[in-house]
Amino acid sequence: MASLHTNFLGIHSPNPYWLASAPPTDKAYNVLRAFEAGWGGVVWKTLGSQVKNVSSRYSSVDYGGQRVMGFNNIELISDRPLDINLREIREVVREFPDRAMIVSLMADNDRQSWHELIKKVEDTGAHGLELNFGCPHGMNERGMGSAVGQDPEIARMVVEWVMEVATIPVITKLTPNVHSVVPAGKACVEAGTNALSLINTIQSVTGVDLDTFVPNPNVGGQSAFGGYCGPAVKPIALKFLTTIAQNDVTRQVPVSGIGGISTWKDAAEFMLLGATSVQVCTAAMKHGFRIIEDLCEGLSNWMDEKGFATTANFIGRSVPTLTKWEELDINYHIVANIDQSKCIHCGLCYIACEDTSHQSIRLDYGNPYNTYTIKEEECVGCNLCKLMCPVTDCITMVEQRKAPEYVNWKDYQRLGMPLNDH
Amino acid sequence: MITNNRLSAEQYTLNFADIHPPFESHDSALVEASRCLFCYDAPCMKSCPTSINIPKFIKQISTENIKGSAKTILSSNIFGAGCGKVCPVEKLCEGACVYNFLEEPPIPIAKLQRYSTEKAIEDKWKLFERKQSNGKKVAIVGAGPAGLSCAHSLSREGVDVTIYEKENKGGGLMTFGIAAYKVTPEFCEDEVEYILSIGGIEVKYNQELGKDVTLEELTQQYDAVYLGIGVGLTRNLGIKGEELEGVVDAIDFIYNLRDKGYSYVPVGDKVAVIGLGMTAIDAATQAKRLGASEVTIVYRRTHAEMPCTQHEMDIALLDGCKIKWLSAPKKIHGHKGKVTSLECSVMELGEPDASGRRSPVETKETFTLDVDMVIKATGQTPFTKLVEENELENKSGKLVITQDGRTNVAKVFAGGDAVNGGKEVVDAVQAGKDGAKGILEFLGVVDVAVEPAYNKSVVSDAT
Repeated sequence: MASLHTNFLGIHSPNPYWLASAPPTDKAYNVLRAFEAGWGGVVWKTLGSQVKNVSSRYSSVDYGGQRVMGFNNIELISDRPLDINLREIREVVREFPDRAMIVSLMADNDRQSWHELIKKVEDTGAHGLELNFGCPHGMNERGMGSAVGQDPEIARMVVEWVMEVATIPVITKLTPNVHSVVPAGKACVEAGTNALSLINTIQSVTGVDLDTFVPNPNVGGQSAFGGYCGPAVKPIALKFLTTIAQNDVTRQVPVSGIGGISTWKDAAEFMLLGATSVQVCTAAMKHGFRIIEDLCEGLSNWMDEKGFATTANFIGRSVPTLTKWEELDINYHIVANIDQSKCIHCGLCYIACEDTSHQSIRLDYGNPYNTYTIKEEECVGCNLCKLMCPVTDCITMVEQRKAPEYVNWKDYQRLGMPLNDH
Repeated sequence: MITNNRLSAEQYTLNFADIHPPFESHDSALVEASRCLFCYDAPCMKSCPTSINIPKFIKQISTENIKGSAKTILSSNIFGAGCGKVCPVEKLCEGACVYNFLEEPPIPIAKLQRYSTEKAIEDKWKLFERKQSNGKKVAIVGAGPAGLSCAHSLSREGVDVTIYEKENKGGGLMTFGIAAYKVTPEFCEDEVEYILSIGGIEVKYNQELGKDVTLEELTQQYDAVYLGIGVGLTRNLGIKGEELEGVVDAIDFIYNLRDKGYSYVPVGDKVAVIGLGMTAIDAATQAKRLGASEVTIVYRRTHAEMPCTQHEMDIALLDGCKIKWLSAPKKIHGHKGKVTSLECSVMELGEPDASGRRSPVETKETFTLDVDMVIKATGQTPFTKLVEENELENKSGKLVITQDGRTNVAKVFAGGDAVNGGKEVVDAVQAGKDGAKGILEFLGVVDVAVEPAYNKSVVSDAT
């Protein structure tokens, strides 16, 4: 059976699943429950500047009758006294020495505050530090969190302060509230961070209450931009993760992937795009810590099926296949095929193609069931019908190359090949 | 022994409680609404005789636009709430739901339909504006589903409608002819009141055509007349003993149950029900629920030919009713003028008849059921005498109409059971719409907003 054991800069954990720095890792009670449930590690909720929290703090985006497709929060870093947090971290490390204990930090913006905080945290026996350069609500108004991560030079300076004293691995957590995470990531790596993690939450408004007219979450008739996370942000996280894996500087350090990971499949995808460990929060907040069982079992079964003995066998494997558009093979062509024996006659493929794509599906009226067939000569192979079809494998895309040779956009221009063939 | 008042008030309430309870909350409706795939050119919609835009109204439930949802339903079927309770959806919309292909339960369309429309009736949502009166006057005979549907469609267009109804309540067979555990008489009254709330429709109750008012008078006083007179009592069995005390008509039996209350209606200990249509099921199950100890349904064909749906038959079977297949009543025996038993012939299937079903042929074999009550539910007969007196063209009493709903008599239109011989409520509602469309065209009223019948206008043209 495949091993999920993870070695992240010498920080060992029985599986790659860490709970992200957030309310679930706020205190010993939660973390002990998480470890008992089987989580590989935690990133303890951010310690640092003294804060006060408000009520309410969370809001969500529901979709298709399901709760929490996306989630946001305006909770600040830990509002518990530092001493209590440090004592509890020490206790947990002692009780579960085989689990990864990373502590998230956000000190006031001066060298001395960072130095003092790091020394105190290292004294607990924690295995690593994560620098919170990403929190996009509240803390950023005070020049911390995402305000640091958004400015590569400030990020570089803080990492340098940290590296002056840190003796355990330092992971720097990046904010996605930028057009690219690479400049800040690069600055942090150059300043000596041992690893990166991403993404933190995305500044957001989840919605407006149509009765009170106040956006969510409502704090006494007002609201503030919150940090967005949950399944909805996964594609954005994967994109940012890939850019880190593709850059010559940032790819030198291991990455802990974060952003909407809810299932073992999500985790596998993050790892295929370069993450060594993954961090989870929203899914645990929705279902509790028990989800770790399937996260591990599913990943392990998939690894067995694929013949991967360890996670190192596939981390980053998909990175080279994500290329520039201009490298794509224009002669590669697929057309849709509808398996009539599987078709349930819902017409969703037809209306999608007819109204919004290339009118490539023929409709033969029936009562009550219509018949839908592909007009192969019209089909551009866009996938739309297949994506809308509610039946798995009813619509498949069949390869019909335009020509045998690989020709990309650059070749096309160079050779003056014909355009507008559709 | 045939007697009434067999059960306690609590038992009656329990036995006649709503067989398909509604959704308890928006959350529960949302679970099912969210499953709907929102099919294009949806099979469910095409399988609804009134062509309700089902994907649209379900989508509107999921977006919490309940008013919009109710209007979508009621625009096509003003009896949408009642039909949500009584339609045999397993052979209509839900039977056509694409989930059936996946061997998954279909979307509970009827239940979702009730969710929106019952709210509309409860909260008296004013979803339709009647156009200003255009001075045209139409008389409608019969305040059943066909008549009221026609009236509503006409009133929306500004026609002044007067309905002549022989009963003291509207709703027709919806109010008087359906099992109480599907739809209560009280609900039917609310629904009729809601339909009439558009205004411009006057109902004259206790006015029977041919008795209190004549067709000639109506054609003289009104610009057009619509006959939604339905059908009458069950046809006679034509066997010996039919006159005995204890032989009742299913229509009468159900009528009394709904009009006079459960405890009023007498029922036997051992009851035979003749026939296996929807009315037979309603009579059999309700006889059982009134306290009969044994109910046997006698049907002359087999399971393959039965007119009721499997779903309906299951209700009867779960109530403990028995079914005797390939059995035809031969003679009702009695003692001192009262039913004591029913003698039946054992049948076998012969050649297909006009309906395409193999017709039952008598064998020499017979059997006898000990019963003290026989309920006849072998299909209703048209009002042949009334129709012929008025020189209306008909086929064995069923009115003959043109495509736009006209009879052979000038200014006189017709639809519903009186024309088709007795189909579902939803068919009558569509017939009312069709009749209204024909009348509006006849009266020269422009801008007709009557929803078209999908199956006619779209599918037949396209195929």
